[in-house]
Amino acid sequence: MIKSLKFWIIALVAIWIGNLFIADNMNPYFFSILMYAGINVTLAVSLNLVNGFTGQFSMGHAGFMSIGGYVAAYISTTWTGTHPDWIADPFLSNILFVFNMLLGGFAAAGVGYLVGLPSLRLKGDYLAIVTLGFGEIIRVFILNIDAIGGARGMPNIPPFTSFGWVFTLLLVTVFTIWRLVRSSEGRKFMSVREDEIAAEAMGVNTTATKVKAFVIGAFFAGTAGALFAHYLRYLNPQTFDFNRSFEVIIMVVLGGMGSISGSVFAAFFLTFVREALRPLQELTQLDFRMIIYSLMLIVLMLTRPNGIFGTRELTDVISLLKKKRSTS
Amino acid sequence: MTELIQHLINGLSLGSIYALIALGYTMVFGILQLINFAHGDVYMLGAFIGMYFARVTGAAENPSVFNLLATLLVAMVGCALAGFLIERFAYRPLRRAPRINVLITAVGVSLFLEFAGQLGFGSDPKFFPQVYQPTVDWSMGDIKINPLQVIVFAISIVLMAGLQFLIFKTRTGRAMRAASFNHDLASLMGIPTDRVISLTFMAGSALAGAAGVLVGMIYPKIEPLMGVMPGLKAFVSAVLGGIGNITGAVVGAITLGLAEEFLVGYWAPTFRDALAFGLLILILLFKPTGLFGVHKSEKV
Amino acid sequence: MISRHPFSVVLVALSVVLLAPACKKSQTADSAASGATVSGNVIKIGEVGSMTGSEATFGISTHNGIMLAVKQLNAAGGIAGKKVEVVSLDDQGKPEEAAVAMNKLINQDKVIAILGEVASSRSLAMAPIAQTHKIPMISPSSTNPKVTEQGDYIFRVCFIDPFQGTVMAKFAWESLKAKKVAILRDVKNDYSVGLADYFAETFKKLGGEIVIDQSYSAGDMDFKSQLTAIRSKNPEAIFVPGYYTEVGLISIQAKGLGLTAPLLGGDGWDSPKLTEIGGDSINGSYFANHYSTEDNSPEVQKFIKEYKEMFGVVPDGLAAMGYDAALVLFDAMKRSPQLTTPQIRDAIAATQKFKAVTGLISMDAKRNPVKSAVVLKIEKKSFKYQTTINPT
Repeated sequence: MIKSLKFWIIALVAIWIGNLFIADNMNPYFFSILMYAGINVTLAVSLNLVNGFTGQFSMGHAGFMSIGGYVAAYISTTWTGTHPDWIADPFLSNILFVFNMLLGGFAAAGVGYLVGLPSLRLKGDYLAIVTLGFGEIIRVFILNIDAIGGARGMPNIPPFTSFGWVFTLLLVTVFTIWRLVRSSEGRKFMSVREDEIAAEAMGVNTTATKVKAFVIGAFFAGTAGALFAHYLRYLNPQTFDFNRSFEVIIMVVLGGMGSISGSVFAAFFLTFVREALRPLQELTQLDFRMIIYSLMLIVLMLTRPNGIFGTRELTDVISLLKKKRSTS
Repeated sequence: MTELIQHLINGLSLGSIYALIALGYTMVFGILQLINFAHGDVYMLGAFIGMYFARVTGAAENPSVFNLLATLLVAMVGCALAGFLIERFAYRPLRRAPRINVLITAVGVSLFLEFAGQLGFGSDPKFFPQVYQPTVDWSMGDIKINPLQVIVFAISIVLMAGLQFLIFKTRTGRAMRAASFNHDLASLMGIPTDRVISLTFMAGSALAGAAGVLVGMIYPKIEPLMGVMPGLKAFVSAVLGGIGNITGAVVGAITLGLAEEFLVGYWAPTFRDALAFGLLILILLFKPTGLFGVHKSEKV
Repeated sequence: MISRHPFSVVLVALSVVLLAPACKKSQTADSAASGATVSGNVIKIGEVGSMTGSEATFGISTHNGIMLAVKQLNAAGGIAGKKVEVVSLDDQGKPEEAAVAMNKLINQDKVIAILGEVASSRSLAMAPIAQTHKIPMISPSSTNPKVTEQGDYIFRVCFIDPFQGTVMAKFAWESLKAKKVAILRDVKNDYSVGLADYFAETFKKLGGEIVIDQSYSAGDMDFKSQLTAIRSKNPEAIFVPGYYTEVGLISIQAKGLGLTAPLLGGDGWDSPKLTEIGGDSINGSYFANHYSTEDNSPEVQKFIKEYKEMFGVVPDGLAAMGYDAALVLFDAMKRSPQLTTPQIRDAIAATQKFKAVTGLISMDAKRNPVKSAVVLKIEKKSFKYQTTINPT
């Protein structure tokens, strides 16, 4: 137990040590890709809890993200509007940011509770469509709120997101969900995925479990939204349409539904591939990226529907390799 | 009063367009239990096939009923072919896979058609040639009726009746119903399930193609992303009426069309897109089988 | 043991947070010192545009305009003997993609200036990056006033929302003598919302009345419910500040419902597609634009002729804006001897009465162009010049 905790603490310390110099010494282009990759990992891993571990196919992750982003950004901008000295102050700005990030997360979790409720009655495709609908409804509502800019978006968000926060949140998300699905409490998620009736028979409160998955998933999506908002420094409702939800789904599916390592890997991979394909676009003057994306999705489903990792984790693979070596 | 009647007419006309798309949706769902996300994009494909056909043959220069029918036919055949290919290469290999995998594939096919369409057709909006121009005017004072709207309405009712006949009165229809009931049992009974599914898919896609052309006639602006929203709304219509149910799809579509019309006209125009999804959520929560979903036997 | 996890994590996190800022360097100072310059025989400039996605048609038009300007410039010998090369990146119409593309252009491709983006939503995401790296950026058609407020390296060559909204409000009031006007805005589109707001503000100030304020979303195809509601209020004109992609359909449906009041719009209307889709229905409508194709000045005629030769289509308004953004940039580059970014910035800011296709461009202190607008009337598939309205 102590040994496993050591890894997380070392990683956390490493992130904050990295925070001291990475931003200033790295090529800003690669740095920005790294930041978006980090945010995408948080999104993908949190969606994996809902889609992968609990087996409830949600297509409205962008909606949760937008709620977290808008709530956090709104407080940040209004607060720093009256207290401009907070932006530059490293201590106060970080306190404010963590506070807002959590608030954004809780707001998203609250909405996640509402969206999770229909999952009591709906399954599979129906649930997918309903969550997609919820995502769109959230977007339409944001579009109609003038205080946060409506269609004109919300500019001038203070630049609070740093390397440290993106990767701290990533670590916290991965840690929480990793430990969660390995706890007895978390096994309930998988029991719901595998067989709801059997789970119920074993005394699992499937209703509460499903809603819990939605709430936790939405919370982390909300905090990821807050990071996104304070990194891009501009929010627009169009950013959070269902195409963004699809992007996160593609990451989860590619990595393997029910594999945290898979989601982490796929989120990094897809974020980098997008950029790696840019030269092709510059060369041909045509943008093939989304076509490649969509074809990849189809081919993946036809040939390897469980994604790259399936439900396995990196640790499983490593221990498997070790075992092989010791037997041979 | 005139305003109210005008809104009614507009709503019916909009609803009949959703109905055209929803019919195909509901057929495919009925037999495969698959939400064919790509359906809206097949509809887009139909509009473009119709446009290119009309341009190449010069059908737009001398508008006539014959040209309209020819364009419709070509678009329907083209879309049936596209539907066949999609089913054959993307969905058939997944017949035994979990439904979520099929759903993801459907999303993939949809994205592929949208972005391939942007590269192939260009992303600028295109003008849909008017292959038929109504010469009569059925307006009554301030109540304006475009004959094309009436034609679309009539066509969706006729198609509904035709499909109903096909499904309940023909051998093919019986095979479809059997396959929808249970794939394995149906094939044990000697029904070529794969061929029946393929056929259903082609019929559904052909309907989408027809919708593409007819919508192009009324709203002469087509673009590669035109299928996204109508596709989703047609799906909502199908669910509203009880998915898999032919009559239900048409009634659901017209309900949605009227609901949108009155929401926009009298209350909150900015919430139009939220309405469809709001309705969807409500219906799924309180009557998941839809308005007409009681009779299971009516499934395709 | 598990119970101690969260606590220790928080503890470590907090202690590091307190340490972190101590070593934080200011990024601005860093990159400003480097100040990109040109080496070799090629001058690289960047372009960010929406080449795919739902707003691709606008991005592609702008891109074509820029390409034409570059071709002409290089054919005429380039800048100080150096050829100009444009690195064009697609942002799929997404702000965050635009931001990444911006970072790539500046840090990988080492461009010395940026052209883009069409929409304010992307420009607002790009502008802070351009400002941090001190790379001049000219937006062809982002009309939101906040875009250039992001910093002194951000410019534009189009009107801002308040001006265009005011122009059309004045035109409706003074020339059309309209007292009651309806608004039909595109709520999904920041440009349309901006124009509608300023139009309503000015028109009410002048003494007019906005009888109904309806809305639609870009991508809609049916507007009959909004138009029926508008019809019941009997407006004398309808302000539809959207893009040509929807306005064509709106005009058909308006005529279909027997609405005879003229439609009014902004520069988003300027495209041959408008009359192609709208047909006869759009006749008799008015819109504010930067220039008129009837303008006989050599700049305009040369642009239209060569654009047709290069792309086989008549240029739309966005192509003209893209072309002009490039021309303003090239002109400024010619006036900066060392081609350093601060020099180019100063040269753009000093642009005075530059003869571009879309009018005489002079940059004001807020880095917005001061130029007059023309109002065009649509008659028989062509845009007829009506009047010129000067900025006050």
